[in-house]
Order: sequence, then C-alpha cells, then structure tokens
Amino acid sequence: MKRIRASRLGLLLMYAVLTIWAVISLIPLYWVFTTAFQQPNEVQIMPPKFIPTVVSRYLPLRLTGQKEAAQALVDGALESFRLLFQRTDMVRWFMNSALIAVSATAGVLFLDSMAAFSFAKKQFPGREFIFWLMISTMMIPGQVLLVPMFMVVRNLGIVNTPWAILLPQLSMVFGVFLLRQFMSTIPSELIEAARIDGAGEFGIYWRVMLPLAKPGLATLGILTFSASWNSFLWPLIAVQKSEWFTLPVGLKTLQDQNLVNYGLLMSGAAVAAVPMIIVFLSFQKYFIRGLTLGGVKG
Amino acid sequence: MLKQIWRGRSGYLFILPKFALFIVFVFIPILWSFLVSFQEYRVFDTVWVGLDNFRDAFSDDIFWMAVQNTLRYAVVVMPSTVIIALILASLINPLRRSAQTFFRAAFYLPTVASTVVLSMVWRWIFQTRFGLANYFLASLGLEPINWLHSSEWAMRSVITMAVLTPPGMGVILYLAAMSSIPDSLYEAATIDGANRLVQWWRITLPLLKPTTLYLMIVSTIGSFQVFDQVMLMTQGGPGYATTTIVHRIYQTAFRDFQFGYAGAMSMLLFFAIIVLALIQSRLVTSDVEYKG
Repeated sequence: MKRIRASRLGLLLMYAVLTIWAVISLIPLYWVFTTAFQQPNEVQIMPPKFIPTVVSRYLPLRLTGQKEAAQALVDGALESFRLLFQRTDMVRWFMNSALIAVSATAGVLFLDSMAAFSFAKKQFPGREFIFWLMISTMMIPGQVLLVPMFMVVRNLGIVNTPWAILLPQLSMVFGVFLLRQFMSTIPSELIEAARIDGAGEFGIYWRVMLPLAKPGLATLGILTFSASWNSFLWPLIAVQKSEWFTLPVGLKTLQDQNLVNYGLLMSGAAVAAVPMIIVFLSFQKYFIRGLTLGGVKG
Repeated sequence: MLKQIWRGRSGYLFILPKFALFIVFVFIPILWSFLVSFQEYRVFDTVWVGLDNFRDAFSDDIFWMAVQNTLRYAVVVMPSTVIIALILASLINPLRRSAQTFFRAAFYLPTVASTVVLSMVWRWIFQTRFGLANYFLASLGLEPINWLHSSEWAMRSVITMAVLTPPGMGVILYLAAMSSIPDSLYEAATIDGANRLVQWWRITLPLLKPTTLYLMIVSTIGSFQVFDQVMLMTQGGPGYATTTIVHRIYQTAFRDFQFGYAGAMSMLLFFAIIVLALIQSRLVTSDVEYKG
C-alpha cells in the first residue's frame, strides 16, 4: 500500500539510496565468503579480487577442455576449508553450538510455555508477585552479572561443561513474558471444555494450549536459537577447554592462533554464519514478529 | 489460605522448573552482585572491604579510559543507529510490498551473523596493506590509514564498523510502527495542502516517538555493553585505546581474578545504564503532544 505517493523521480532516488546503502551493508558478509573461496595466493593481494578466480575462471576452463586447470582452481578454492576441518576442532565446535542451541530452544519452549500457561490461566496465591518478580529482572543487562554468574556456576561445579552455557540460557525470563501475553488471549472456555471432557491439567497444557500458542512458540524458538548460536561473552568465560567451545569462542581461538591467515579465518566465519543466514531466510516472518513483539512493551 | 495454596498446586507445579532456574541463575546472581562489590576475593578467604572497590574504580586511570572510550562509542553509535534506521525505514515504507520485503531482509541480514563473525571480517577489511578499507581510500586518491594499530584510529575503527552495520532491528520496528499509522491522517493533511516532507515531519515523526524512545534505550544499553568487537578486533589496544567498560570488567575478573573490583565496576555500569534510560524516557516523553 502506498501511503505517501512519490513522484517518479523521487521514487528512483529512493531506490538508488536504498540500493547503495544495501550494497555497503552487505559488503562485509560478501567479503567473508569471497575471501573464504579465494585461491590461497590471492587472498592478500592488491588490488583485491572481488570475484574469486574459481568463479570467474572455472567455466571458461571447463568449456575449453582444460579439465586439470579447472580442478586445480576448485582445490585452491576449498584449501581454506580443508585446513579448517582437518587442522582445527571446527567440527567439534560446530556440534557443540548446534547441541547447545537446539537444547536451549527446546528447553526454553517447554519450560516457558508451562510457566506462561500457569501465569495466564491458573489461580494460585502469589501468582502476581512471582510473575512481577521474574519480569522485573528482564531489563537487567546480562553483562553486569558476569562475575556473580561465574561464581554460581563455579559453586555448582559445572565450569567447563556445556551445562554452564546451557542453564543460564534456559533461565531467561523474556519467553515467559512473551508467551503469557500470547496465552492470555486464548479463551478460557476452551480449557473448561477440555476439563469437562476429562482432560488432566497436563493434557490441557499439552493438547489445548500448546497447539493454540504455536505462532508465539515459533517466534520465541527463533529468537532463542539465534541468541544461543551467536552468544560469545558468557561462553568465553564459562568454558576454557577447546572440547566444549562453541563456534564463536572457537573462532576467537582460531583467530588468536592464525592472526594473518585471513582465508582460513573467513572460512571459519562462513561456517558460523551460514546456518543463521539459512534460518533467517526461511523463518523471516517469525524474526520480524519476534522483534515487534519485543518492542511493543517499550 | 492453605486451602487455596493446595487448590492451586498444579499452578505451582507448572512454574516450578522455570522458577527454580530463575532463582539459581538470575535471582541469586543479582543478590550476589551487591555482595561481591563490597568484598575482596583472596586465595584462601574473602574479606569485606566496604566501599574500597568503588574508591579504586574512581581512582583507576584505566577504568576512566574505559569509560571515556565507551562514551565516545555510545555518543556516536546510539544516535546514528536511530537516525539511520529512521531514514531507511522512511525510504522503504512508500515502496511496493516486494521491494519492502527485499530491503528489510537486506538490512537485517548482517545482524543475523554474529558480532563475532562481523568483527572478524571487519578486522580483515581494516588490515593496513591488503584490507578493503585502505583499497577504497587509495582508489579515491587518499592516504592509507593505520586503522587498528594506531591509538588515534583504533576506536574510530570500532565505531565505523558499528555505524556501517545497518540497524536491522530499528528498520523493522520503524516499518511496523509506520504501517500502523492510519491513512486518514495523511489524507486529511493532503487536503490541507501539506506536502510530503511536512507530512513526514508533522505526522509520521511524532507518532513514531514511542518506537524512537524504545530504540534509543535499547541501543544505549547495547552501546554501553560493547565488548565482542573490541575483543576480536583490537583486544582493547593499542595500549588501552579501545578498552571499553565491559572489556575492562572482563579482564579484571577473568584475567586478573579481582572479582570484587570487577563486581564494583559492573554495579557502576548498571547504575549508569539505568540513569541514562530514565533520563531518555523523561526527555522524549515530556514534550510529546498526542493530538488524536
């Protein structure tokens, strides 16, 4: 819908500004992938190659029958990735990140939806107080709790285990707030009807509330997954053994050990970025809804 | 009362797992953060030191440098995030649906990759001899800059990265807010002879105020916690040229193991953030006039 109708020239100008800005914004991501697939001896050169040789030269070589030269280009382009997977713990870090992000997402969805169901639809003394207590901590930025959080984790004896990363992520209260808002709008008559039909409390939660809260769950799931996958500072503190590094922490170590091997570093960055890019492009509308839901309270 | 509690037992059971985690990993750390900042942790024991940690912070030159660097960052990044988001959203809003979707995704995509990934590639872009930034300067006939290794430019580099990373969240929030402004307002204004710029200034901007406030607060909180970029691009250096408050807290606590001192700095950071958020909400709401 066009609310402010722009003139043809104005429209052209808007497209021009937006396109230039979008190109500038996307250059860093483009540069991650370009550098990762550059021939090893073409990473640090002046002027830089904006299109990797493997992309610009592969087809011409194949079409003129120079099969070996073409193959050599492919090998060169994949050299960084081969180093990455053979010489570093990248696969392990990737699996750790995946394991933690998936568990965090599943756990948050389960725990938060149960709590939200109770806060939205059940009567019990102290309900408002407990809810208020939890929500009032929502605005406290996590960075200021690093030290006491580390002490808690150390006292529990879970430093250097994936639990140290996972459990704090499961404790975030944002999802309870979001899902309670969502579930309050589900009519209570549905619950009454299910109860008359003989459903137990858990059955009502599992078979009535959860299916109806699906859009809210999808949004929360996406937000939790991306926050978990990208988190850096806390995992950096909580785990000091390469065995349990997550991807961002692993990338930091990779950079410390290969300060100038930009091809290798960018191939690592690419491996970390691709899953999130895929998740974003496939679930775009949930990202957007999640952001706007988070924003309405402001 | 007891009867009510007993009757509400299933309600308690449903919140119990979340509540237990909340107590251990949110509530206790909050309480503990107060204690920590008044204590000193030594190898075998912990002693109360009263306000010493806070006194140390105020007389610590490195902490003040960290405060200055953080302020320099926030003073540029917070307004630019909000203003760029507003400009981009205003340009996107009148476009066709498909164009809207495209640009919204293009501006959000970089945010999806973690700051770790972005910082790594920016470190490479800022590389002195083969980096894109200096190549770009050279093609404009300008002198190369020693981006990350000079104390003059290092903090500016970190800020440049933040400004050039598009504010994807802001764009999305502004677009959502703009689409909820009723068309009738613009129609009335058109009849009154107001041109588009006037309409934007008199109708769109005032009605976006709640979103602006929210973005200001969120990005202030974010700017004051800047860490990842610094950790990956400069390690706080050269010298302490890019040490930020959270980076200082991190080093004090987890490299020097001075938990009490780090806790005190965290407290100061927390109060600074709260005070700023309150001031901003006062400033923005005080002069709002909603005329229906």
